[in-house]
Amino acid sequence: MLEIKNLHVQLEEEDKQILKGVDLKVEAGKVHAIMGPNGSGKSTLSYVLSGKGGYEVTEGSASLAGDDLLDMEPEERAAAGLFLAFQYPVEIPGVGNMTFLRTAVNAQRKARGEDELSAADFLKVVRAKAKTLKIDADMLKRPVNVGFSGGEKKRNEILQMAMLEPKMCILDETDSGLDVDAMKLVSEGVNALRDAGRGFLVITHYQRLLDHIKPDVVHIMANGRIIKTGGPELALEVEQNGYADILAEVA
Amino acid sequence: MALPELKQSATEARLATMELPTGGCLKAARQAALSRVQTMGLPTRRDEYWKYTRPETLVSAEANTAAVFDHDEAPMFDGQDRLKIVFVDGVFDAEASDELALEGVQIDRIEDICCKDIHWAKDVYGVLEARGQSPVERPLAALNTAFAADGVAIHVTGTPSKPINLIYIHAEEQSDAILHHVIRVEPGAEATILENGPAASRFNKCVEIDVADTGKLHLVRAQGRDHERRAATHLFARLGAESVFKSFTLTVNGVLTRNEAVIELTGDDAIAHIAGACVGDGEFHHDDTVFITHDAVNCESRQVFKKVLRNGATGVFQGKILVKDGAQKTDGYQISQSLMLDEDSQFLAKPELEIYADDVACSHGSTSGAIDENALFYLRARGVPKELATDLLTLSFLAEAVEEIESAEIAEDINARLEGWLARRR
Repeated sequence: MLEIKNLHVQLEEEDKQILKGVDLKVEAGKVHAIMGPNGSGKSTLSYVLSGKGGYEVTEGSASLAGDDLLDMEPEERAAAGLFLAFQYPVEIPGVGNMTFLRTAVNAQRKARGEDELSAADFLKVVRAKAKTLKIDADMLKRPVNVGFSGGEKKRNEILQMAMLEPKMCILDETDSGLDVDAMKLVSEGVNALRDAGRGFLVITHYQRLLDHIKPDVVHIMANGRIIKTGGPELALEVEQNGYADILAEVA
Repeated sequence: MALPELKQSATEARLATMELPTGGCLKAARQAALSRVQTMGLPTRRDEYWKYTRPETLVSAEANTAAVFDHDEAPMFDGQDRLKIVFVDGVFDAEASDELALEGVQIDRIEDICCKDIHWAKDVYGVLEARGQSPVERPLAALNTAFAADGVAIHVTGTPSKPINLIYIHAEEQSDAILHHVIRVEPGAEATILENGPAASRFNKCVEIDVADTGKLHLVRAQGRDHERRAATHLFARLGAESVFKSFTLTVNGVLTRNEAVIELTGDDAIAHIAGACVGDGEFHHDDTVFITHDAVNCESRQVFKKVLRNGATGVFQGKILVKDGAQKTDGYQISQSLMLDEDSQFLAKPELEIYADDVACSHGSTSGAIDENALFYLRARGVPKELATDLLTLSFLAEAVEEIESAEIAEDINARLEGWLARRR
């Protein structure tokens, strides 16, 4: 589903290399997790894949279901089926959450040559999905993420993911700022979307999230590269011993 | 004190081309206004109050020309059930207007004020304008009082079932319209007044509004789409106890606009909200100059002005809140913000507070910025194309001002115009 080859990325504004040759392949139906110390390049990877400005790809490639991602605008990547759940969802005063969701869903449908959803159909779907994430009518009416708690923001991200039904989901530290109950709710939302046709890349610092969203593959990222890949047990090892052993082992 | 020579000669040149309308009971008010103009002189760019907006074209003896803009949009407020009062290049058009009859309100033309002996109007015409000349002079308003050839006197005595819509049609390429309206809202009465259209190639408009205790008035205007038109408008409002006055102005296009508002809260617990949204592209200069005086206890005032500027457009905001000694528990809020869609535009803001009471809450803020890149990326990452995302964020920037409109239907009309402006600039 997602294939990254030898990806090198530096900052546009300064001569600083962040990704130094990332290779990664996420198959449809699988959940991959990336763990790694601060500053290893995990969030940069998610931003570069989704098309945020400020980064320059100097080498390598990234494709989604065979299509070159790096050549597309952010909205084209989204329409092609890529979804990034933000670590810090952005507040947008003055744009209602419902308007935002509907604009996004219909823009993607339009880009794919599908009919737009009618207001009534949309409302029905969004209400059902919001309910399972315990998002009430008030949260749907309020401006996007404005005044939302940390947990509400993350639930709102998952709601967007559920509405947009992407092929490939990247979750960037979705567990940050969540209490135990909120993490459970968010994880249930993610697990409900697990599907043979959908890939997941879960970026996290903590094994805790992976207790809820069970990964098939775990990667350790350090200094702009993936230095070790293994099964779920790798996450447990990190939880117990930190990264020092793994870093030493590779060095 | 003699006027500076430049001011003196400009004033004389303008006055030489004008004649006072003859006519009964307003004669004294007009004469008094004329002598105010002669004493103050018309504005020049040396005047502090005109530091950011050049008044020459608003003052010149001959009016500028302006092409009549032919657009395919439905007329503003077309979908609203309303009483229409039409002026063409500043002259009342009886045929295009509805019959001036509506329950809860009495409407007359200002030329009839005297023969019908409409006392309240005599107590308002030129009176609020004259009060508003201190501490800052507004000579264009006095010029208006002296020379206004047309306008209406609206006496709100009940709650009319629909809005009154003053429609200003611009027909001649060169037209110099001066309109003056007076409005009085009686205790417990409530009305909505809509205004729209460019009015003329050059427009000088003055509205005086007297809201009695517990009266309510909503004013929503849209200043038309003619690119080359120039306008100087004044709004003078005096608010009694527990009264409410809300005003919103939409400005799309227009090479020069100066909108002044002078509001005096004279009765306890009165509320005044004044808001404006303007969107300008290229040769566009838009100036909101507001002066709110709190002279009673526990009053609330809100100023919300938002400007979207691109391609060399200029936005100006001069807003003042004056809280007089004894106006305790005043709640004053003022925000002026510009959104620059490129690096060629400018926004000049002068927020002022002058407070003589010690138990008040007043806040003011002014910002100027570009589209929020993070928000833009967030929307695009959800599949919203860049142009549409930019439009959404622009509308969201303007939303705080548009939300000041009481009626959801009218706010929708205004939003549709803003969306149209944005869509035309994709």
